[in-house]
Amino acid sequence: MPHDHDHDHGHDHGHDHHGLSPSGHPYRPDDDTALSRFQIMEIALREILIEKGITTAAEIMAQVERMDARSPALGARVVARAWVDPAFKARLMVDGSAACRELGIEVDALKLVVVENTAEVHNVVVCTLCSCYPRNLLGLPPDWYKTRAYRSRVVREPRAVLAEFGTRLPGDMRVQVHDSTADMRYLVLPARPAGTEGWTEDRLAALVGRDAMIGVALAGVPEGAPPA
Amino acid sequence: MKPVLPDVTPPGFAPPYPTAGGRFRPGQAVRVKPGMSIGHLRTPFYLRGRTGRIERICGDFHNPEELAYNHRRGNPVTLYRVRFTMAEIWGGTAERPGDTLDAEIFEHWLEPVDAA
Repeated sequence: MPHDHDHDHGHDHGHDHHGLSPSGHPYRPDDDTALSRFQIMEIALREILIEKGITTAAEIMAQVERMDARSPALGARVVARAWVDPAFKARLMVDGSAACRELGIEVDALKLVVVENTAEVHNVVVCTLCSCYPRNLLGLPPDWYKTRAYRSRVVREPRAVLAEFGTRLPGDMRVQVHDSTADMRYLVLPARPAGTEGWTEDRLAALVGRDAMIGVALAGVPEGAPPA
Repeated sequence: MKPVLPDVTPPGFAPPYPTAGGRFRPGQAVRVKPGMSIGHLRTPFYLRGRTGRIERICGDFHNPEELAYNHRRGNPVTLYRVRFTMAEIWGGTAERPGDTLDAEIFEHWLEPVDAA
């Protein structure tokens, strides 16, 4: 063990180094918990499928890498296009998945519903039952999205939760929470920040963060722009 | 108690996924059945017995209560987005009574309500 040391050198300076690192900080316990039943089942099933030649480790790794390659940048491209192209936006609102495919974004089985923030309505997305999230468009969800605290509180006191994210809304704006309880997945189309007239899509996309597309934040305000 | 219903503007376009039509229409008042059920299901407890309005028809999808047990040959069920007011869900303790919540609810969990 790295912090075992020779106790023969005489501790005569009045405190105990036991359990401390060489620099005097306490060690944190290892965060190794036993595998859960479902983790064991997943490993067992995966190994059997590979043993029987139904799939290969390389195929599984390729699929993991395919999902890992998805990131909020895909969603930001969709939002930026919707901001500059009203006809695209209209199609996006009717069938979000088809509109993503128009941009060459393959969302597989994702059934996307796009909800638009306006001067009257602010949208925020949750999955109270588990952790449904538009992964094929935004990548893996942030850890907080899956916590019991977020899932239970945002349907009960959305304004308090938004304020904790630094998002304070005008009192006359309606907050609309979307609970992804079944087959649909949700993307918030944030309001386009003021002061971005004439910007290119790439430049606009850089203003669109993951949290804005979940609805706990707003799209970024460009530097030097007057407040909206 | 009289339900507190939201305003709903129907989406103005047809569902992008196949549907046989369903028994409810956008804007219609519906109540989520208050009952209990055994097994996997996707109707949250906090909406049981609450009344809202159909926001849109999503399409027809396999019933998750059957899919959970690998029964894949059942008839698809119409799925709706239903909008509720926070006043309806949380009563007098709502953070802001006029804020709203949309959830996807399958047709067999909904019943029509005579709302003024």
